[in-house]
Amino acid sequence: MTFDQNAFLIILTGSLISISCGILGVFMMLRKMSMTGDAISHAVLPGIVIGYFVSGSQRSLEVIIGAGLLGILATLMIEGLRKKAKVQLDASIGITFTLLFAIGIILINLFAYKVDLDQECVLYGEIAYLPIDLWITKSGLNLGPRITWLAGLNFFFVIGFIYLLFKELTLTSFDESFSSVLGIPAKGINLALMSMVSYTTVSSFESVGAILVVALLVVPPATAFLWTKTLMNLLKLTSVLGIFIAIFGYYLAFWLDSSIAGMMVTVAGIFFFGSALIKGKFAKWFKGTTPPKASFDV
Amino acid sequence: MEDFIYFFTFQDPSITWVVLGIILLGIGSAYVGTFSFLDKKALLGDAISHAILPGICVGFILAGEKNPIYIVSGAFFSGALATFLSTWLKQHTKLSEDTIIATILSVFFGIGIVMMTTLQKSGNPEIAGLNTFIFGNAIGISETDLKIYGGLSLIIILILTLLLKEFRLMVFDPSFGKAIGFPMAGIRFLFNVLMILAVVVGIQAIGVVLMAALLITPGAAARFWTDRLYPLLLLAAFFSVISGILGTYVSFVLPQMPTGPWVVVFLSLIALISFTFSPKSGILFRALARKNYLKKTHIDHLLKGLYKAEEEEKKTLTIDEIYDLYPYQIQEIKKSIKHLAKLNYIKVNQANIVLSEKGKIEAMRIVRLHRLWELYLNESMNIAPDHVHESAEQMEHLLTPELEAMLEKRLNYPTLDPHQETIPRTRHDL
Repeated sequence: MTFDQNAFLIILTGSLISISCGILGVFMMLRKMSMTGDAISHAVLPGIVIGYFVSGSQRSLEVIIGAGLLGILATLMIEGLRKKAKVQLDASIGITFTLLFAIGIILINLFAYKVDLDQECVLYGEIAYLPIDLWITKSGLNLGPRITWLAGLNFFFVIGFIYLLFKELTLTSFDESFSSVLGIPAKGINLALMSMVSYTTVSSFESVGAILVVALLVVPPATAFLWTKTLMNLLKLTSVLGIFIAIFGYYLAFWLDSSIAGMMVTVAGIFFFGSALIKGKFAKWFKGTTPPKASFDV
Repeated sequence: MEDFIYFFTFQDPSITWVVLGIILLGIGSAYVGTFSFLDKKALLGDAISHAILPGICVGFILAGEKNPIYIVSGAFFSGALATFLSTWLKQHTKLSEDTIIATILSVFFGIGIVMMTTLQKSGNPEIAGLNTFIFGNAIGISETDLKIYGGLSLIIILILTLLLKEFRLMVFDPSFGKAIGFPMAGIRFLFNVLMILAVVVGIQAIGVVLMAALLITPGAAARFWTDRLYPLLLLAAFFSVISGILGTYVSFVLPQMPTGPWVVVFLSLIALISFTFSPKSGILFRALARKNYLKKTHIDHLLKGLYKAEEEEKKTLTIDEIYDLYPYQIQEIKKSIKHLAKLNYIKVNQANIVLSEKGKIEAMRIVRLHRLWELYLNESMNIAPDHVHESAEQMEHLLTPELEAMLEKRLNYPTLDPHQETIPRTRHDL
């Protein structure tokens, strides 16, 4: 098999995105905030549209700032509804993301004549067009696909963020009260994590779509969680899974002529359900060992 | 304006059909959603609605066209699979519920998108209609669609109404239901079936992504206005119908607009208004109640301070002495003094403050409540006298005249509190 540059670039980009998402997703999962991640990935949409409208380009700083602000707004709105209005958590997540996403869709339709964004692109993205969208400098130097650079930059930021704040993130995820006793600003750390998630969502939405980012945020960490017991192993396995998902997803999509991002999620889903079957409590019964009978306690 | 009259006078029979459909869909999903909201399982509806996408595609592939029966059954089965998987995963793995829901939601949606892109590349012209399921298009509902979706909604509404008692038990106290012999597992199963049906029906109007709003928001908004189940259900249905009709109207006037987002915007608007302005539990009302309570505590403290000074044979207190009594509260004290002077409870003579007759009676009441509570804690709860003050500081603002009478009776009209201070009742006690 000859070396296919396009395939390599797509797989590389896919791996970068799924590793960045996965690592952030691990911390989201440990904080029981997976659904908040889902909410954020929906809620950044109006920010993207407004940023696009203001700057007139999909690849501008305004888009990233707009989406980042909306991500933080979504986090604050969920918190606000829960604390100030005393709405239960699941409902405040549901209300927040549906409202913000609806506003995003309305804005897309309002600006449809001006903005070259359509609903499908926002939803699924298309990583397959990546090799065409090149970053060419003014002097005409071809630096390769733009999205790969974007994903690389994002990967770099995420790794840096996790490396610098590893201790704080771990502590606030496992024992928030203890961390606040130590003087770590748990709320600030939380907001920083949410901003990273929004930023990752924006820089990935062009390639995998706003909704499929959620899958990469949630599914690899959940799969790895079934196999590991320590945080380091969880992070490592999540990253390895991210790479496998990108490789299998690409080739399956290539083979079936379908959406690469969708296929990556499908592969992730297969890994997940396979792991759940092998590691679930059902498996113990299947292997023939019975759990000790629970004592009758009153 | 012409559009408005045209739409709301229902001259066009197709508009009548659409509005009728929206009313039925809205009521159905609001009922189911309110129950799942009370059950704290609101996001399961979100997972189901995303999970329906592959089923729609399979239904489309099997029928070869946009046949509502195939699509509804396909959607139903993939929704059921998602529900079953989420229960199974919860019982058999160590994953937390929100991780499971997010996983199921995104994996099923991913599979759905793979199917949809494959279908789009197949070049079947009917495929264009499938996209409406993602954001909903109520205006596009045909009469046959309506018969099926409306009929299903009617069935949902009917079953929920008939089995209201059972579902109520499921939401509020399933163990009690089990104890008195209701088949709770069966009831929960039936409820899940209804929930999936409601989602399947609702996506026609609002789309896969935003369906969660139709389930969660009406119930959450209505919860702010009432504590009883029947009004809650009616109000939720009302909110959902109103937003449904308004959303349909907007997408009627602006044809390129999908219905779903507008319905959600109207629903959220109603919800935000409810959260802010509802009496009893709204944000504004609670902020006001808190402010009044704080004001009352400051006033009570000031009166108490003045009374204690009189007990120590000191007729007046200067403002500076009061500041020393309650440091860090200078602003509040200034306000309280103004307020009390207005009520004629105190007399302000330059910097000297004296209790008036009226003020003395009120101050005595607070001190009496404080000391009665201290005595009650000491005698009836066996708490040491040096530990009772903190609790009395809080209770003195809360005890009602009825509770006061009960305390007096129970303690047999005592004269001294645990610290051997007089419990003041008449002017004479001072």
